[in-house]
Amino acid sequence: MKSAVVLLPGLNRDRDMIAALTKISGQAPDTVWQTDTEIPDVDLIVVPGGFSYGDYLRCGAIAARMPVMRAVAEKAQKGVMVIGVCNGFQILLEAGLLPGALMRNASLKFVCREVRLQVANANTAFTRRYQPGQVIRCPVAHHDGNYFADADTLKRIEDGGQVVFRYAEGTNPNGSVNDIAGIMNARGNVLGLMPHPEDLIEDAHGGADGRPLFESVLGIAA
Amino acid sequence: MTIRNDVAITPALVASHGLKPDEYQRILDLIGREPSFTELGIFSAMWNEHCSYKSSKKWLRTLPTSGPRVIQGPGENAGVVDIGDGDCVVFKMESHNHPSYIEPYQGAATGVGGILRDVFTMGARPIAAMNALRFGSPDHPKTRHLVSGVVSGVGGYGNAFGVPTVGGEVNFDTRYDGNILVNAFAAGIAKTDGIFLSQAKGVGLPVVYLGAKTGRDGVGGATMASAEFDDSIEEKRPTVQVGDPFTEKCLLEACLELMASGAVIAIQDMGAAGLTCSAVEMGAKGDLGILLDLDKVPVREERMSAYEMMLSESQERMLMVLRPEKEAEAEAIFVKWGLDFAIVGKTTDDLRFRVMHQGEQVADLPIKDLGDKAPEYDRPWVQPKLPAPLAASDIPQADVADALLKMLGGPDLSSRRWVYEQYDTLIQGNSLQRPGGDAGVVRVEGHATKALAFSSDVTPRYCEADPYEGGKQAVAECWRNLTATGAEPLAATDNLNFGNPERPEIMGQFARAVTGIGDACRALGFPIVSGNVSLYNETNGRGILPTPTIGGVGLIDDWSKMARIGFAREGDAILLVGAPDGWGTHLGQSIFLRDIHGRRDGTPPLVDLAKEKIVGDFVRALIRAGVVTACHDVSDGGLAVALAEMAMASGIGAELDPPSNIDPIPLWFGEDQGRYLVTVDASDKALLRDITEEALENGFRAPIIGRTGGHELKLFGARAIAVGELKTAHESWFPRFMDGQ
Repeated sequence: MKSAVVLLPGLNRDRDMIAALTKISGQAPDTVWQTDTEIPDVDLIVVPGGFSYGDYLRCGAIAARMPVMRAVAEKAQKGVMVIGVCNGFQILLEAGLLPGALMRNASLKFVCREVRLQVANANTAFTRRYQPGQVIRCPVAHHDGNYFADADTLKRIEDGGQVVFRYAEGTNPNGSVNDIAGIMNARGNVLGLMPHPEDLIEDAHGGADGRPLFESVLGIAA
Repeated sequence: MTIRNDVAITPALVASHGLKPDEYQRILDLIGREPSFTELGIFSAMWNEHCSYKSSKKWLRTLPTSGPRVIQGPGENAGVVDIGDGDCVVFKMESHNHPSYIEPYQGAATGVGGILRDVFTMGARPIAAMNALRFGSPDHPKTRHLVSGVVSGVGGYGNAFGVPTVGGEVNFDTRYDGNILVNAFAAGIAKTDGIFLSQAKGVGLPVVYLGAKTGRDGVGGATMASAEFDDSIEEKRPTVQVGDPFTEKCLLEACLELMASGAVIAIQDMGAAGLTCSAVEMGAKGDLGILLDLDKVPVREERMSAYEMMLSESQERMLMVLRPEKEAEAEAIFVKWGLDFAIVGKTTDDLRFRVMHQGEQVADLPIKDLGDKAPEYDRPWVQPKLPAPLAASDIPQADVADALLKMLGGPDLSSRRWVYEQYDTLIQGNSLQRPGGDAGVVRVEGHATKALAFSSDVTPRYCEADPYEGGKQAVAECWRNLTATGAEPLAATDNLNFGNPERPEIMGQFARAVTGIGDACRALGFPIVSGNVSLYNETNGRGILPTPTIGGVGLIDDWSKMARIGFAREGDAILLVGAPDGWGTHLGQSIFLRDIHGRRDGTPPLVDLAKEKIVGDFVRALIRAGVVTACHDVSDGGLAVALAEMAMASGIGAELDPPSNIDPIPLWFGEDQGRYLVTVDASDKALLRDITEEALENGFRAPIIGRTGGHELKLFGARAIAVGELKTAHESWFPRFMDGQ
């Protein structure tokens, strides 16, 4: 499986993501730049975390309008797998690839800590290596991760199994509605999540609970 | 508003630039005429304390700055130390005290931005940050506002830039009420053959301006930082710069690409005194003149005068000398990152600093006298008056368990979680130990086993009582914290925060503290490779506690053997390596005396440097041999606090067996130096015997003082305390304080 990582000025977890994909898949991902209009032939596109364009406008709003994101949307439409982490999740929402919005954390403060995530749907291309309902460790690091959607949208994504990860055991760090930490689109090929599975994939990270997510989507045996 | 260059130079104008009459006379003698208004501004920027170190240089020269691993000592943007395999660590600590008091968010943010720039200007990618913060009394009406603003400013910049904050300090004392301290540390990794310096080389080569545009922000900032505060401080708000971490992140990537392209001859970031300071330093260090054409400088405001452009402290800017044949390639890199790239001058062979603006020469000054030959003072100083030691019979009593809970739940010893959870502590995926332990640890990317440890330390109340011993202790504690992870301490950076050096008693504190730092660094083989001096930390004539912050870096060969502070498992033996008779004895200047009895008397604990070195080397060897299951140094609050911290870090309790004939108060709360708590496998009797015997052969003691296990901390003779109760006390203070409860 080949992958590509989207690079935009101000993203800063691109190196973490490239390292994780390289270590797990055994090959370095391609990279695509903000102005690229075509994305190489890959099976997975990742929009990593950071502060694209400083997040000086609404988080992800500028990035979502860059040429490269039009190319990502076209690929998603063709069924290519797409993951957006943290700022990448915000960008996918702003680009209309996922429903809902991410607001400022309820605490109004940046938060970096380890939380618990429940795998709310293990029957997805992103989570098949987890057990249904499994609770995993995962770090978060964000200022705007408070997921919100209107009642109809919320009902639709809950009923459709589009909620993939929830904050578990009272660890919701940001006030997200229904403890939502990660969602996918109805077709099941675009995932957005606030936590950083790429920072928990090896002994040096103190655990590898994030690894099965990448193994699932890259089709790699654990 | 436009400031013209033909403003009349009056004594009042000279004074308002922070220049003393004798300094102004020196200017007149140097240039043989009255300076222009822009020239006066340039002199003021270069000769202020912040840029020239004129009061401190004499003493800084006494510090040890070299060693087998030191590649670059003080004098460049940051120090450089070899870590083997062709890699080096580049680091420095710098203060942003005055701006952070005036405007806490932007002051702290730009402090972080400035120190990161110092590191990547040298060709290093930043991999770790720390910050040492001192605030006024928790009761002071401004303290919460300042804590909140500074912490979010540090986080706002560092998180967006993308560097993990792995350690630091937060303390409170009423002496910082009107003058907080924000000391920012950054470290990066570079290739030893890829270090970039600020010394210009070659005549007639292009001087290039890089990064963000120049605005009016921060005009006169360095001069402000070199003045005492008074009640009119609010008027200084416009001299604080505004940070833009997005541009800084782009500047980092563009600079590293530029350096890899081979286009850079010399490079210098624009920090204090902006364009003036960077241009003068590059020229003076290279024995070259610099000619600048301000009409070429990218500006973001209209009708800026030469004076404003030369003194602007707009952030995220760099100046470099370019290899001319690489111009197109270099410019393309900056265009890609959306940054300015403008040739604004050239190097000359006339040793003059000349500045042109709209066809007029607005400055023509001797560059060496502005830069490395700036004035220097041997300020008068007096020996600090030392306090009387506590009488041997003076042992104020308290219930041990109650005292421990009160200290752990107090402003200075409580958990800093409220602070560090606002910092991204794990970005880059290399953080092996995050805040809360003895030192932050980050693995070296591209190497299977190597890691770097970072710690920032000083105990200002010790420095106030005895600046010499306090200076020694700051170095020793930093060295000890690195050692407690198993790291070999490599080198340190010093951030010396003091009051007004024109007062002999303050200069005495400074002189004695620096002497103590130097003695400790020599004894421990821990050279100072970079640093910063912040003087005039006074408000209405009252100085801060003398605060020489030491930021140290250590090297871990194999991080799989690194020690952490949490008790690792039940049933391990606890050893107190370096224990005096009776485990603990010294209550003078202790947290116990201050927080339980409201007393700030006695002498601070002495640091026996020879013993410090032997004990530390012994502990490090144990850790590296892989036999240590947990390790923690004993510092503020003494043995009881250190044990509690080890228990809280893992949830495992401990039972201690102290000698029965000893007063429990100094035993549990004494702050004797040079002690480590180490846990090892209790069933390995041979190991325990070897440790105890080898310690005695080396002239110190390592008694077994108890064992781990259970869910309580049982200090013999005191009420057993559940680890959960310790945690509640420890974690509650900060959030409650910030909620205004």
